[in-house]
Amino acid sequence: MPDLIAKPPLAGRAALTLAGVTLAMADPGQITSVAPFKGQDKALGKALKALGLSFPAPNHVMSNGDVRLVWTGRDQAFLIGAEPRGLAGLAALTDQSDGWAALRLDGPGAGDVLARLYPLDLRAAAFPVGRVARAPFNHMSSILMRPGPHSFEILVFRSMARTAWHEAEAAMRALAARAALG
Amino acid sequence: MRIPCPLCGPRDRREFYYYGAEDYLRRPAPDAPPQAWDDYLHLRDNPAGVTRDLWYHETGCTAWLLVTRNTVTHEILEVALVAGRSVPKPARGRRAAP
Repeated sequence: MPDLIAKPPLAGRAALTLAGVTLAMADPGQITSVAPFKGQDKALGKALKALGLSFPAPNHVMSNGDVRLVWTGRDQAFLIGAEPRGLAGLAALTDQSDGWAALRLDGPGAGDVLARLYPLDLRAAAFPVGRVARAPFNHMSSILMRPGPHSFEILVFRSMARTAWHEAEAAMRALAARAALG
Repeated sequence: MRIPCPLCGPRDRREFYYYGAEDYLRRPAPDAPPQAWDDYLHLRDNPAGVTRDLWYHETGCTAWLLVTRNTVTHEILEVALVAGRSVPKPARGRRAAP
């Protein structure tokens, strides 16, 4: 096997700050899809406990430091930031690390930017910290997470990285233009 | 129109892909008579009122849903996951051949 060079999506793209919101590419690390096998719920629960995690309820993220287990669908979660140690045989494991591009939006207006792109109520009462939603980012399938009160992380298919950046930037520019009008 | 996905919560209709009538859940046995297959493929009710059909939460959780709705009022009466349901009965010959 030749030694391949890993390239991040949108390599070298500098962070962009507009209207107090910063858009940047993020590196979530290893991503593994975890789909529990039938009848293995208990054993999987034990194995996840060893990682300091448990299988998330729909629309929730379980975290242990930098390691996250993110609900992504019926009987499916993404293990992000760690190797799936001890899970083999208990769940269908698929490495998806290179399949996704991650964007981060940070700043008090981050929710206002995404309100222009997501048909969701993203106010803290409806979408608090630690939640996840499978929802369309304009027209793209995406995974939307809220790691902090003013922070959002978006996973899109890697082939959509440039489009996602473009959409987010356009929404930020519109928000900044509106703010400039006073 | 908003469809309350059992997993994601209420979502806009544009997130969903319409597949067709609930009849698709009752596939005839491979050796069923041609009339059963004809019914399964082609014969549909067209009710003004309550109907049940299949929707796919395409840009959401990608689950298949069985939606009970009213075609007159656009009211969504019930939404259930297709997965995990008991195995449906094969298509019955609903209409006698003329």
